[in-house]
Amino acid sequence: MDFGFKISPSSTINLDLVDTGKFEELHRLEPDVYKCMACGSCSSACPAGNFSGMSLRKVILALQRGKEKDAVSMLKNCMLCGKCSMVCPRGINTRHLILSVCRIYGEDQV
Amino acid sequence: MIYQGKQKIWADYQKEIPDNHWFYVRSCIRQNFFPGAEKMFLEICRNLLGRDFFETEYHTTCGGIAYHCDTIPQETVMTIVARQFALMTEAGYENYVASCITSFGNYTEIIETWREFPELETKIRELLWKACRREFKIPKYLAHASDLIYKYRNEIAARAKYRLINRHTGEPLKAVEHIGCHYAKMFPSRGVGGAEYPYVLAGMIEAWGGNVIDYPERRHCCGYGFRQYHVKANRGYSLSNTHKKFESMEPYHPDFILTNCPGCPYFMDRWQYVIAETEGKTYGENGYGIPVLTYEELASLVLGYDPWDIGLQLHQVAVEPLLDKIGIEYDPKAKYLGLDEKDLMKPELPGVLRCC
Repeated sequence: MDFGFKISPSSTINLDLVDTGKFEELHRLEPDVYKCMACGSCSSACPAGNFSGMSLRKVILALQRGKEKDAVSMLKNCMLCGKCSMVCPRGINTRHLILSVCRIYGEDQV
Repeated sequence: MIYQGKQKIWADYQKEIPDNHWFYVRSCIRQNFFPGAEKMFLEICRNLLGRDFFETEYHTTCGGIAYHCDTIPQETVMTIVARQFALMTEAGYENYVASCITSFGNYTEIIETWREFPELETKIRELLWKACRREFKIPKYLAHASDLIYKYRNEIAARAKYRLINRHTGEPLKAVEHIGCHYAKMFPSRGVGGAEYPYVLAGMIEAWGGNVIDYPERRHCCGYGFRQYHVKANRGYSLSNTHKKFESMEPYHPDFILTNCPGCPYFMDRWQYVIAETEGKTYGENGYGIPVLTYEELASLVLGYDPWDIGLQLHQVAVEPLLDKIGIEYDPKAKYLGLDEKDLMKPELPGVLRCC
């Protein structure tokens, strides 16, 4: 029966089922990834963010939650301009971090 | 339910509830959803327990629905509430009890706002005087009607004809208690037991012989949420919330759900039909749903009132399996007979959800 509305699929993530191997590899290569406090300064400074949905904060969160495809598709919009590095209050070398993410999670590997 | 830790929380969150002399205000929507509930509250408190409960036909909505739907500003709601308080003052009462959870939250929020900003209270007094030449005193004690039944729970237990025991197994019935969000989530200290594990309904279930189930989404909203339901485009969100709760409680096989809010029993009851029609899934035994009761209805059942006199035929989910478990006698043929045996007509049966 069509009521004109339906049950939305649950957005619950079971972290016990997420394979964190790649994120641990990223952490070995880029220990700074754990320094991120998700303040969003990188996202607000990102010149691509407004037009493409690119957000480094979301990328890191997505990787931690095992949503690798979402993260990699967002990173395709990065122009490597480095503005996020300039504004990061934790001093994370974000451009280097992005390149490392691409190396580990490259599209062919996801 | 694991009691460790909760008793400490319950000890910290206790409120003073006077025993007698209350000014009672009804809910806007409960009388349409489950009309027996408020009638039975007054019947139990006034006639059975002999307490003084006054109500007036001049009281209106508290404005809570419009306020929480963001259609009127808080000053308007405050003036409506000030008029209700004026009616209480004129009737000579100091204790104010609301039937509705949102009204209770609304009154609590307004009294707290006036305490923080006395100039606002002065402004509202002026507005009320200009609007209808009335003056008011702030209630000395504010309670929700479930607080009162909680207070009288042992008196009710002493007079109970039935206990919440499964007569087939001899085990206590497994109950899910669901507290309306506006009861204690806004002001935890104003609810019995606080916000995380309110004791108000758990106390009733225990006093009447049942067992309370602690399940992961126990404190999750029922999904009503005013704007989620009233805007049709958001109704899927409302339904999804309810679905999430039922999925979470399903493994514990509850015998019934007890609620103290106008919206919660309605949506947890009716959405079971919608979930059954859209997903083909039911949560009770043998294709039935899980009966959802208000605390007045449950109190009336244990006290031995006729299930059809307290309006249980207006529930979407059939209550008969629960009545059979408790051992309550009822006449199946009288389910849809009204006053003077007037035929209320039998509703059409749903396709998936089994009803009697």
